[in-house]
Amino acid sequence: MATNERTTSPGTFSDGLVAGIVTEARYVVGDSVVMAWRNLLKYRRSPELLLFSTVSPVMFVLLFVYVFGGAISTGPISYTDFILVGILVQTTLFGSTQTGIGLAEDLQKGMVDRYRSMPMARSAVLAGRILADTIRNVFVVYLMIGVGMAIGFRFHGGFWPGFWVPFLVVGFGIAFSWVAAVIGASVRNVETANSVGFVYIFPLTFMSSAFVPVETMPDWLRPIAEHNPITRAVDAGRAMAQGGPLVDDVLLTMAWIAGITLVCAPWAIWQYRRVS
Amino acid sequence: MSANGEAIAVHDVCKSFGSVHALIDVDLEVQRGTVTGLLGPNGAGKTTLVKILTTLLKPTSGRASVLGFDVQRQARQLRNVIGLAGQSTAIDELLTGRENLEMVGRLYHLGGKVAKHRADELLDRFSLVESADRQSKEYSGGMRRRLDLAASLVSTPQVLFLDEPTSGLDPRSRLDLWAVIMELVREGTTVLLTTQYLEEADRLADQIAVIDHGAVIARGTASELKKRAGSEFIMVRVLEKGMLPQAANVLLRFSEEEPQLDEHENTATISVANGSSLLVEVVRALDAENVVISDLGLRQPTLDDVFLALTGRTAEDAATSREGESVDGD
Ligand SMILES: Nc1ncnc2c1ncn2[C@@H]1O[C@H](COP(=O)(O)OP(=O)(O)O)[C@@H](O)[C@H]1O
Ligand SMILES: [Mg+2]
Repeated sequence: MATNERTTSPGTFSDGLVAGIVTEARYVVGDSVVMAWRNLLKYRRSPELLLFSTVSPVMFVLLFVYVFGGAISTGPISYTDFILVGILVQTTLFGSTQTGIGLAEDLQKGMVDRYRSMPMARSAVLAGRILADTIRNVFVVYLMIGVGMAIGFRFHGGFWPGFWVPFLVVGFGIAFSWVAAVIGASVRNVETANSVGFVYIFPLTFMSSAFVPVETMPDWLRPIAEHNPITRAVDAGRAMAQGGPLVDDVLLTMAWIAGITLVCAPWAIWQYRRVS
Repeated sequence: MSANGEAIAVHDVCKSFGSVHALIDVDLEVQRGTVTGLLGPNGAGKTTLVKILTTLLKPTSGRASVLGFDVQRQARQLRNVIGLAGQSTAIDELLTGRENLEMVGRLYHLGGKVAKHRADELLDRFSLVESADRQSKEYSGGMRRRLDLAASLVSTPQVLFLDEPTSGLDPRSRLDLWAVIMELVREGTTVLLTTQYLEEADRLADQIAVIDHGAVIARGTASELKKRAGSEFIMVRVLEKGMLPQAANVLLRFSEEEPQLDEHENTATISVANGSSLLVEVVRALDAENVVISDLGLRQPTLDDVFLALTGRTAEDAATSREGESVDGD
């Protein structure tokens, strides 16, 4: 039958190996796309999810700009220009916790039992999750930039640096999706994954340069904020959008993205595969 | 593939979760094209065995294979030839019935066209055509079960695992599902199904393995097991508790064994060889002694009776003692 093609014996050893790797890669990509499609469908089918991931970030932009805008001094750049990148990063980080929640839900509901009993690529459940969350993040980031521009946000740093801002923010979100995946695959419970997400994302974003300049923080907090990867990503994004020295921050952010991914991706896959 | 026609072979399989021994030295052979029922109360180890055979769990020790593919070393090939409908339905509630089946087809790498075609076929077969394009969260319990079963058949598996396929279903849906499973069997699919109901195993299975506390304690056909449990039961419910001894006296004439009395339910039960022919005589005898009855019935032996005969405990007792043993309630 069509499903048995994989059990047919390979030709020569190297032939079989190469063909095997190519087939395997095709399955990983194909299966991940199927899983991503399924995860994205959820946003269309479940209006409250879509609402959560679009309306609330937009609301955040408006609230921060109009409520705090007058109260916080951000030096030479306007608060709108200052805050938008911070909120972009914050939103993608909150969005990334959805990766863990969705994974936990699948594991909890026994959906994964069916996937595991099928000859599909095992990494596809994780990869499809992250792919879907990344696509959603891209959509939300552009939407927020659009809303921001409507209320006065501008890229003062030139076209090309500004062009790369969404990539940086979304890339940073992917790294944190892996963190969330580790949590989701470990706790295997939606509520726990949800609350654990809040416990690390909230302090992490507030103890960073996302909403207020680090210089305004108390002495004891400043070093923490300075070393927070979120500060690095926000400062990098801000410099790209508004001009100023950016090389150090961009390199550091990329190092954080690589570091977090290198640690958390294998860890998440291992946790997901863990079978007693 | 194995030469001797074995679809499933399990040798000395043990599985422990910490201090809980979910399976102890289980041996099982299932011939191709046959249906085997794994009968046992809650916590007996049925799901654990199904999970081991479908590569979801690793055995602690022992060997198991499906169509000659070892569950550990050849998991990939094995997954190509099996289908699983687990104890909890694995359907995606946000997707429609059709989308669920198509997705499974794509994940089996059938290709888009074939996956679509197969989905249509299965929707038709499982009477889900009308609700095919509705989100499956709106489905009734019976429809969910059917969709789940359909999903397990997308790749036309040679060996099918059904873990308590009808638990929680109303009698009507249960009958429907039985009919579907029987049809699959006629087409030659090998089936391993678990159940808590002797009646279900009787209807569907060629042979039954009774499992208790992780060990297989009896094997045989349904009629063999029923014989061991005492063939049939006549149950009499009296109107007033005071009449129970009198009723017991009457029943004693029809059976060699003492009637079982239930003081709460006001019932007396005897096991008999040919219940239906005795029923009328029992009523006449009770009437002659002026025993007023409120209910009378002829009952086939259940898992409980088999358990009582095999272990001296009821299946319910076995399940409760099991619960006290496990570390967490899962
Ligand atoms: N993941 C697990 N961790 C610990 N104990 C488990 C686990 N899965 C099953 N058990 C225990 O193993 C025993 C057999 O369970 P199971 O196979 O689910 O029984 P059944 O399906 O017959 O109801 C039970 O005592 C159960 O509590
Ligand atoms: Mg079970």
